[in-house]
Amino acid sequence: MIEPHVLPRLFAGATNRPLSLADHEEVFRPADNVTNLLDELSASGLLGRGGAGFPTSRKVELLRNQRGHKYVVVNGMEGEPAAHKDFRLLSTNPHLVLDGAEMLASMIGASRIAVCVARDNPTVVHHVEQAIHERARRNLRGPGIDLHTPPWRYVAGEESALVHWLDDNESLPQYRPGRPHILRIGRGPVLVDNAETCANVGLIGRYGAQWFRTLGTNDHPGSVVVSVTGAITRPSVLEVNLGTPIRAILASAGADTSPQAVLLGGYGGAWLRGDQLDTPYSNDSLSPLSLSVGAGIIAVLPRQACGIAEAHRVVRWMAHESARQCGPCAFGLPALAEDLLTVVRGGRDGVAAVARLRERCGVIEGRGACRHPDGVVRFVRSSVDVFAADIDNHLRGAPCAGARSQQRFLTVPSLEHEEDLIWE
Amino acid sequence: MGVIRRAGMFVLQVNPILCDGFGHCAELAPELVHLDEWGYPIISSEPVPMADIGSYESARYAERGCPRQALHVAKVNNPAPITNVTMRPPTPVSRGRRRL
Repeated sequence: MIEPHVLPRLFAGATNRPLSLADHEEVFRPADNVTNLLDELSASGLLGRGGAGFPTSRKVELLRNQRGHKYVVVNGMEGEPAAHKDFRLLSTNPHLVLDGAEMLASMIGASRIAVCVARDNPTVVHHVEQAIHERARRNLRGPGIDLHTPPWRYVAGEESALVHWLDDNESLPQYRPGRPHILRIGRGPVLVDNAETCANVGLIGRYGAQWFRTLGTNDHPGSVVVSVTGAITRPSVLEVNLGTPIRAILASAGADTSPQAVLLGGYGGAWLRGDQLDTPYSNDSLSPLSLSVGAGIIAVLPRQACGIAEAHRVVRWMAHESARQCGPCAFGLPALAEDLLTVVRGGRDGVAAVARLRERCGVIEGRGACRHPDGVVRFVRSSVDVFAADIDNHLRGAPCAGARSQQRFLTVPSLEHEEDLIWE
Repeated sequence: MGVIRRAGMFVLQVNPILCDGFGHCAELAPELVHLDEWGYPIISSEPVPMADIGSYESARYAERGCPRQALHVAKVNNPAPITNVTMRPPTPVSRGRRRL
């Protein structure tokens, strides 16, 4: 049994090897105070950890009222190149995630569980395979668990794209008019949850809502797994209490504690200025600043970096990762990247480019089938606001030192093999 | 044949995945659709009252005239009470066959 108020929760008993089923049962011994799983889940107030922060209990209740052959999909795709949390979770405590998935399946009455891990990470795939195999030998009842390995792409981790892959072997987002929309495999309704959300459900199912709420804030309870990247010697994944000041998280990760800005929520997220770093890290404190915890990414941008040049790199990569299904995304995002490049180069064209950026952001927003373009628009808008002084310098023809030095800090996969990448 | 229902509201919706930017909708329903710089439609998500017959007819024309069948006239289920509707007569411009 893990005591309340104690971290780590999700990484309890973690070593550099995945916990075996026997060890897992030893570390996470059930407390036997949970009678009704669904009541505990709604009382816990768990918000999804995949990025959108949607209450998990609402999703479960929606799926409970559906009929048919239901599925639970565990999303361990880790679309964000800056994040490592799902991979870390699945390669240290895979059984906790699978426990949570089984609990979700029992709540909605699902008959199958699909765990999705990108095939580009053979180690994680292997660990999950082992864990599923271990379970299959142990219990013959309960829903069957399958492992699926779609190819890694940014939008392949989007829930509708993932379900599309499971349904039809195409990792492309689907058009969903009117929300809430229930995704389906064949005719069976699907519950998609992030791997970290499943692990949290596994804990709530064991120890109850009251135990869960001993960490975190009132509106955003629990602990969250944070991936810290950027200006840091070694990118690290750590589990923190929600509501910890961001500066404290940076300090415990060993990152630069007085950076220029930090990027929260991944490449579809927004920047937090360096002077606001004492904000608590939880959705209720971040939402007034129109920020969110998102997928738990903190990318640190040091003072010597050029924010606009970094933003251009990220947007260029995000434009490349578009599935090119919707016009506003396929044409709009490269246009945004080009405008940012014009701003980086500076000069007279830059002034027009900044105005064009703002206008195009308004045009693109909300016009894709998935939220990919909206995320990029949010990122561009916040870059233009936060690095306004930087932009002025660039436009006056005096770019910052960071732009002249070729040092870059945010991790962006290379685009060298652009033409080799095809959509399956 | 049938009753013309003029109560309620409608929205013209586009499926962005199907849409290939032919731009027919902007010609068939200029009061509802305008095009962005790449030729894809920008449609307001504000519901339009069904009583605005001109707009409704254009929306239906655009729906039928889309080469990719990407448009859909969706009825809004719980319309807000209509307070101030500017009634417009059907546009007199000839658009070929008038049957919907």
